[in-house]
Amino acid sequence: MGFLYENRIQAAVTFILFFLVFLFMLLSPQTFLSGRIYMAYMATIPFAGIMALAMTFVVTAGEIDLSFPSVLAASGYAFAVFFELTGMPLAGVLAGLAVGVLAGLLNGLLVVGMGVPAIIATIGTQFFWRGATILVADGLALSLTEIRGTLFHDLVAGRLWGIFPAQFLWFAGLFVLFALVHSRHVFGDAVRFVGDNALAARTMGIAVARTRILVFVLMGLCAALSGILLTTEMASWWPTQGEGYMLIVFASVFIGGTSVYGGAGTMYGTLVGAIIIGIIEAGILASGLSGFWTRMVHGCVILFAVSLFAWMQAGSRRL
Amino acid sequence: MEPLLLVRSLKKRYGQVIALAGVDLDLMPGEVLGLLGDNGAGKTTFIRLISGVETPDGGSMHLQNRSIDWKRYTVSSARKLGVETVHQDRALGEKQPIWRNFFMGRHYSNALGFIDANRERREVAEVLKKTLGLSGAGLHPDAPVSVLSGGERQGLAIGRAMFFDADLVILDEPTTALAHGEVEKVLRFVEEIRQKGKAAIMVSHNLAHVHRCCDRFVFFDRGRTVGNYRKEDLSLPELIGLFTGFASEGGLG
Repeated sequence: MGFLYENRIQAAVTFILFFLVFLFMLLSPQTFLSGRIYMAYMATIPFAGIMALAMTFVVTAGEIDLSFPSVLAASGYAFAVFFELTGMPLAGVLAGLAVGVLAGLLNGLLVVGMGVPAIIATIGTQFFWRGATILVADGLALSLTEIRGTLFHDLVAGRLWGIFPAQFLWFAGLFVLFALVHSRHVFGDAVRFVGDNALAARTMGIAVARTRILVFVLMGLCAALSGILLTTEMASWWPTQGEGYMLIVFASVFIGGTSVYGGAGTMYGTLVGAIIIGIIEAGILASGLSGFWTRMVHGCVILFAVSLFAWMQAGSRRL
Repeated sequence: MEPLLLVRSLKKRYGQVIALAGVDLDLMPGEVLGLLGDNGAGKTTFIRLISGVETPDGGSMHLQNRSIDWKRYTVSSARKLGVETVHQDRALGEKQPIWRNFFMGRHYSNALGFIDANRERREVAEVLKKTLGLSGAGLHPDAPVSVLSGGERQGLAIGRAMFFDADLVILDEPTTALAHGEVEKVLRFVEEIRQKGKAAIMVSHNLAHVHRCCDRFVFFDRGRTVGNYRKEDLSLPELIGLFTGFASEGGLG
């Protein structure tokens, strides 16, 4: 068994990415042969990308979380409010992350403690957090112009050397850490076995309940991180924040080859999946096509990728 | 000689169902015990309690001369006291590579929790080749368990239990759903356990397998211990006769 065969899903998703970039270079050389479009991508991809990385743990554990767009908004709001109250970005960060952890813990307790199926529990918490945030915020957006010019803004969402988006460094760092944890840490190993065969995991002494709760907490934490980055980048918070990320995050995870049945997946696949989803819109516009094409092309890429993976799976069953 | 395992009036219920009504059992070091009984007699429940997967509702246990505090008794504390279990369902993750399955729940990891995958792969490759004698094309430490046959999976589950150098190996239905040649391999594994001077508890429906491998037979019926026979007092036909008596009359005739 060669390296390429063993990693054929990752190889396929990488190929799809290169194919798309090559296609865009042909259709719009003046845009895609210069560096600026790639800098723009590095500024926008991390927001959904960070959550897609965390969702890879959730899906590998055989769970699902539909509440993260609302958790992002709730955490972003907590960050904005605490920053305005104290003038200290770090206080805002702690508040935002605390909301994310709390929301994740609530999901975990509903699913693991109460036994509510994850898809149902997180539909409920999705409404709850969005509703609670809008209620507290009185439905109004917040402007955070004073965060521009702080050292925090430079570190989190600034442009290094005037062009390189700082958030991409955080995203890249998180990717390396998560990839290591997913493939080489005992927590990642527990997540795999819980998603693959929870009964066997329990029998062999893996703390199944704790692992499942932690996966939801990690998701909440990363939604909060994304909300903080987004609010800082835009220097504002708004009530519908995060709503556009729901399908993009799942598309990234599944294009990346993570099994919807749990037990298998890679961070690398999700990273490439998030990049693929993230480059299509600008690629279409730069090619001179109308923005109406975006969703359909997203759909085609998703369908092509998941069909390819299903076919590869069928192939390995025949062996 | 002190018994390795000493169990008194062990009880477990699931809602309204009484799985164990009070089981007593002794096991000496190096002894191989056959645990027999009809479906629902409580054999698997007993094993899940001894191996720390579940907690009983009452009763006491001494293991390696230590009194067990049930509140603190887990799968990993059972392992520390030298108990290794081969569960009926093999307890394997099919999508995971062999090496992960082998060290499931007890990886070699550093202080930060990162797994030494190369060491695990190396040791598993060694076990696959030498101990299990499994050297088929698919039997690489990185191969997923889904490519293994039923016998190979059982071999892996048993090899995993043997590798960690237990004093007591528990096998729940190790020969069910296996092809003929594979059954023989598994029985030889069990005999090897005895040759190495380790104790074992073997649960099986197949009386010929039990009679061949075990020194002593204990019968369970509706959550109680109801019979205890040494192999030298009981031929295989007598064992079959007793077992049929249990199954049909629901008790010793």
